[in-house]
Amino acid sequence: MLTLLGGAILKASLTDVYLRYVKEGLRPFLIVAGVMLLAAAVMTLYYDLRTGTAGDGDPGHAHHEPRVGWLLILPALGLVLITPPALGAYAAGQSGTALAAVPADSEFAPLPPGDPVPLSLMDYASRAVFDDGHTLAGRRVRLIGFVTAGPDGQPMLARMVLACCAADGRPIKVGLTGDVRVDAPADTWVQVVGTYHDRVVKDPVNKADVPYLAVTSWQKTTAPRQTYE
Amino acid sequence: MPPAPATQPGSWRFGSVEWLALLLLLLVVFRDPLADTVSDPRLQTWTTVFVSVLVQAMPFLVFGVVLSAVIAVFVPRSFWARALPRHPAAAVPAAGLAGVILPGCECGSVPIAGSLIRRGVTPAAALAFLLAAPAINPIVLTATAVAFPGNPEMVAARAAASLTVAIAMGWLWLRLGKSEWIRLPRRSDLDDSSRARAFWAACRHDVMHAGGFLVIGAAAAATINVVVPESWLQGLAADPVLSVLVLATLAVLLSICSEADAFVAASLSQFSLTSRLVFLVVGPMVDLKLISMQAGVFGRRFASRFAPVTFVTAVVVGTGVGVVLW
Repeated sequence: MLTLLGGAILKASLTDVYLRYVKEGLRPFLIVAGVMLLAAAVMTLYYDLRTGTAGDGDPGHAHHEPRVGWLLILPALGLVLITPPALGAYAAGQSGTALAAVPADSEFAPLPPGDPVPLSLMDYASRAVFDDGHTLAGRRVRLIGFVTAGPDGQPMLARMVLACCAADGRPIKVGLTGDVRVDAPADTWVQVVGTYHDRVVKDPVNKADVPYLAVTSWQKTTAPRQTYE
Repeated sequence: MPPAPATQPGSWRFGSVEWLALLLLLLVVFRDPLADTVSDPRLQTWTTVFVSVLVQAMPFLVFGVVLSAVIAVFVPRSFWARALPRHPAAAVPAAGLAGVILPGCECGSVPIAGSLIRRGVTPAAALAFLLAAPAINPIVLTATAVAFPGNPEMVAARAAASLTVAIAMGWLWLRLGKSEWIRLPRRSDLDDSSRARAFWAACRHDVMHAGGFLVIGAAAAATINVVVPESWLQGLAADPVLSVLVLATLAVLLSICSEADAFVAASLSQFSLTSRLVFLVVGPMVDLKLISMQAGVFGRRFASRFAPVTFVTAVVVGTGVGVVLW
C-alpha cells in the first residue's frame, strides 16, 4: 500500500507528470516524501520478516492499519492508471481570469528584444490592461495557450495560473480579434502572433478585465512541458 | 504494503492483501475502459483537482507525520513538562506562538497535535498549536505578503487574527472542553521495545490514518471545485455581511492549502478586504479535509464540536480585526 503510494509519487515526480498538478518548486519535497513512504514500507517489511509472524502475541497489531487508510489507494491508482490531464478549457471557463491578482501600480519594463517577442499570457494581459499597452505599442508578440470559448462564443486564448496546486488553478484569458480567425476546438494548444489591441472586455465570471490581441497569424502547437504559468 | 503472513490464514490482514491484489488485477485489465470513462471534462477536472490536492499535501503530510513520530518516540515526556509553562492557561499562548516555527500547512499539524496530546501536553495547548501553526508560520505569511502587495497590513491582520482565534479556542477548551471528547486511537506499538521499530510503525500508522481522511476531504473539495461555478459567488460580493459569510463558507468548502489560499483570496477581488481576511483566517483552521482528518485523529465527537466553534470564533475575530483596520 505505502509502496504503491510512494512509488506513484516518485514516478510522477521523476517524470514531468507532477507538473500537471503542482508547482515546479515542490518537486524535491515530493521526491523526499516518496522516498520516506517507500522507506516506511521497507522497514515494516523488514521488521515483520525479522519477527516472523505479524501477530507475535500482540493482539493490537491487526488494528495498526486503519481501514480508512485503504482510501489512499485511490490517489495512487489515479496517478498511475488514469493520470488525469492538466486543467484545461472546462476549468478555464468556470472561473474568472486571474488578472485581478496583479497589483495595479507596478512598473513595466520595456519588452525584451525579438520579433515577435515571446510573452506569457499574464505578462501580456497585465501590460495591456494596467499599462494601457504602452510597452506593447508597435511590437509583435507571440503567445502560447490553449483555446477556450469566450462568453460570446468566440475563441479565446487561456492559460492556467497556479499558486500552489491545481486546486487553486485560475485561468488567465486573452481575447482574440483581428482579421485572422483562430479556428480550433477547445483545449487545442496554439501559438498566436499578433499586436496589441485596445479592446478590453469584462470577464462575466468575476468582472475582471480581459484584454484583446489582434491576431496576425496562428498555428497549432504541442502543449508545453509546463502547461501552467 | 506490509506482507501478509501466509501462516495466519483467516486474519484480517491476509484477506485485505488478497483483495488488494484482486483489485489491482481488475484495474490493470480494465484500464482502458476506465480511462475512457474519465474523458468527460467535468470528471476530468475532478480527478485532476483530487489528485493534485493529494500530491500537493503529501509532502506536508509526510513531514508532519515524521515529526509527530519523532515527538511520539524520541522526545521524552518530561521534555514537554519543562518546555511549556506549567499552568495550562499560560501554556496555551506559548503553544500558539510555537506554531511560528513549524513551516508547513494544515495537513501536517493534525498528526503533530495528536502526538503532542499523547505525550502528555495539555490538550488546550496542543489545540492552540494545531490552529496557529498552519496560519502564522513564515512561509504562509510570506505567501500572503506576495499575494497582497498593495495591502501589507493583510499579513499582520492575518497573523494577529489567527493567533487570537487559536489562543481563544485553547482557553475555551480549558473552560468547556471535556477530555473524553478526544478519543485518540490506542497505540500499542508505541510501547514497543525497539525505538526504530516504533518510529516506523508510528509513521506508517499516521500516514495511513491521517492520509485516508485526507483522501475523503480532497474528494469533497474537488467536488465543490467542479460543481460550484465561481459566477454564483459574484452576486453575493456586494453585501458586506453576506460576503463575509460566503467567503468563510467557501474557505471551508474549498480546503485550499494554507500556503496557497492567499493567492486565491487575492483573486477574489470584488470581495471586501474584511471578507477576504476572514477567508484567510478560517481556511487553515476549519475546512473539509481538516474536519475529516480531525475526526480521524481525535474522534468524531471532538470534531463535531470543535470545528463549528472554531468556525464561529474565526469568523467573529476575523471580522473584528477587519472592521478595526479597514
